[in-house]
Amino acid sequence: MQTEIVISGFGGQGVLFAGQVLSYAAMDSDKHVTWIPSYGPEMRGGTANCTVIVSEEEIGSPLVMNPKAAVVMNLPSLDKYEPLLVPDGVLIANASLIDREIKRTDLDAVMIPANEIAEEIGEKRLVNMIMLGALLAKLPVLPVEDVKLSLQNHLPERHQHTLPLNYEALHKGAEFALQGETAKV
Amino acid sequence: MESTIIEPEIIYERPEALADTVTHYCPGCTHGTAHRLVAEVLDEMGLQEKTVGVASVGCSVFSYNYFECDFVEAPHGRAPAMATGVKRVLPDHTVFTYQGDGDLVSIGMGEIMHAAARGENFTVVFVNNAIYGMTGGQMAPTSLPGMVTTSSPLGRDVETTGFPIRMSEIIANLDGASYVVRRSLHDAANVRKSKKALRLAFEAQERGLGFSMVELLSNCPTNWSMTAKDSLTFIKEKMIPVYPLGDFKVIPTLAELRV
Amino acid sequence: MAKELLKGNVAIAEAAVRAGVEAYFGYPITPQTELLEHMAKRMPELDRVFVQAESEVAAINMVYGAACTGARVMTTSSSPGVSLMMEGISYIAGTEIPMVMVDVMRGGPGLGNIAPSQGDYNQMVRGGGHGDYFPIVLAPASVQEAIDLTVLAFELAEKYRTIAVVLADGSIGQMMEPAELPEMQEVDRQTPDWATNGAKGREKRLLSSIYLQPEDEEKTNLRMLKRWMEIEANEVRFNEYFVDDAEFLVIGFGTAGRVAYSAVRAARAEGIKVGLLRPITLNPLPSERMADLAEKAKAFLVVEMNTGQMLDDVRLAVSGKAPIEFYGRLGGVVPFPDEILEQIRIMAQQPPTDTNGHARQRWFERMAVLD
Repeated sequence: MQTEIVISGFGGQGVLFAGQVLSYAAMDSDKHVTWIPSYGPEMRGGTANCTVIVSEEEIGSPLVMNPKAAVVMNLPSLDKYEPLLVPDGVLIANASLIDREIKRTDLDAVMIPANEIAEEIGEKRLVNMIMLGALLAKLPVLPVEDVKLSLQNHLPERHQHTLPLNYEALHKGAEFALQGETAKV
Repeated sequence: MESTIIEPEIIYERPEALADTVTHYCPGCTHGTAHRLVAEVLDEMGLQEKTVGVASVGCSVFSYNYFECDFVEAPHGRAPAMATGVKRVLPDHTVFTYQGDGDLVSIGMGEIMHAAARGENFTVVFVNNAIYGMTGGQMAPTSLPGMVTTSSPLGRDVETTGFPIRMSEIIANLDGASYVVRRSLHDAANVRKSKKALRLAFEAQERGLGFSMVELLSNCPTNWSMTAKDSLTFIKEKMIPVYPLGDFKVIPTLAELRV
Repeated sequence: MAKELLKGNVAIAEAAVRAGVEAYFGYPITPQTELLEHMAKRMPELDRVFVQAESEVAAINMVYGAACTGARVMTTSSSPGVSLMMEGISYIAGTEIPMVMVDVMRGGPGLGNIAPSQGDYNQMVRGGGHGDYFPIVLAPASVQEAIDLTVLAFELAEKYRTIAVVLADGSIGQMMEPAELPEMQEVDRQTPDWATNGAKGREKRLLSSIYLQPEDEEKTNLRMLKRWMEIEANEVRFNEYFVDDAEFLVIGFGTAGRVAYSAVRAARAEGIKVGLLRPITLNPLPSERMADLAEKAKAFLVVEMNTGQMLDDVRLAVSGKAPIEFYGRLGGVVPFPDEILEQIRIMAQQPPTDTNGHARQRWFERMAVLD
């Protein structure tokens, strides 16, 4: 059984890094994992995306036609991935930059105002971690604690001081995603 | 009667770095002179055992047969790239390329320019006879305006085939070059000057001063359709006006050197 | 060593560093640029040679020169850059000196695009440059395999004095996976007895690809062929999955091979008895194994990210003993497992029996229907 997650947004939104954080956590938990980005000219200021597959067994294709989950940080990404998700898939969309409703009704979807939450925390660059927190709340592919640990283990030395803010972002994202669902937790 | 036997004194002999063999060069060709000068310099400086030569494609393709040192044979025009590979791995060795004008100025323009720009610490012996010799006398980028060749049978028309390229002047403009001069092999005095230039070029390399190149104006009696003697006159009267002899780049450390 | 999350390009570069590469020459080109960038940082830090050449033509000739000194050398590029290197590759082959190169393939021909492709199979497997020679071609399907095959490439190149190519595609180059790097090897090695490194205390040596007498060139070609036959006898490598009871067999290399693995696993879950043969050496190709499997397989499906370049070699190997179908995506399009699964289902429902005709033709007609 494998779980496929697409993370997509504008270049500069930390899309590729969010995928790597997830990949590190999967590796540290002894799972199989692949991370594959879109690359090249399209990354220069355009839309960037990466696909992360986490699995208990050897992974074949690093890309899938219909992913289990999508984290979309802008409208073009929502337009692209909403139709592709598997039925009952998880969709985390950045409400701050998307001015339309989610059309599909068979998804476990969250519209999260990630930019506003990031500003509340006081660090605009944390949008990716907020979205990742929301994803992990909806898709229990890895425990949040494992992701925090992987951040601690793999964040470059010069960024280590941002750990507490990153943790806060993950929690705020998860908290938002689970609003009104406390019964489930 | 007492007779005095004078012990013969050797005043001229084959340099050790020059192979004891017959060359394939045409009678009267100055390649042989250029080879000998390089070999003399290797001998004088004691470099033979640590030298790797890079042969090119053209008449000098077999130059590796005429030197008593290790040699590699480069694809057409790529000798400066190959020399870069050799020298970077063996920085304490002596490396030189031996290239003609078709090889260096036409197909190898990119490699020579960038090797010079990088200041690669090897020496280029550039033999310019204004024609493709090996393939039978076609026009080279260095051919003189009006020059009749097998690929410019009506004479080189600069309107359609461009103008002669003066490589030494161009290379001298690159900061990586330490020593760039043009000499000629058309008479004894100029041969001596050529030798001195080659010595300075190898001295530059031994001192780690960067790229050095000696352009030697040479003849091609066969493809110029001249006697050897006339071809030397042709260098003097026709080539030198287009390719003036001179020092185009001599970095100060080298200018002070007396050899 | 512990596993690290490594990008294919970086993993290949670091594997080469640890395998003791002494000199690297390259030119930036997507999708292999991270490889060059890693070398730019690592090689000088280890006091080894790194040169960013002015072109791929120059890069391969720098490699040529450095290889002549007996040093362990490498270059890397991607499809259009590799085309430019073909001149030097032919010369290096003709000089019979070892060299490792990596081609991180992209869509083509021409400038094409930077997406993953397998369009250079023919170019690399057939040699690509002029003249008679046979490079070893290794095709990794994962980051770990890219590391292992890079190390192997140096061993094979030196053992057989030949060119060893790691033929990856943009997907392997750009992908990150957990992988384990080898320990750092000592660079100091015995200088080979053919190296041109200054004739101190010995006869002078010449390294060249010139054999002016046709009889000498013929002898050289035969000597290279003999070496190649040894390679064919000893160095064939492949991986197999679910082959034991397989009625149908999928063949794919590199990224196409691993995508096919997903499809084969899914087909197994549906009860289809299908297996996968993934060639690791494309040259020499595991042709004998294919011929063996043809004895019991009902049909083959060759999957590639090109128009069926390996397909032609599979057809030769199978020699009509079993029907062969083909599925390819082109121009930088990577197939999804679903597409290959569909082809496997079609094959299982209506096993092809016809060994006449060409699989490429039938595939083309199916593709045309898709349009």
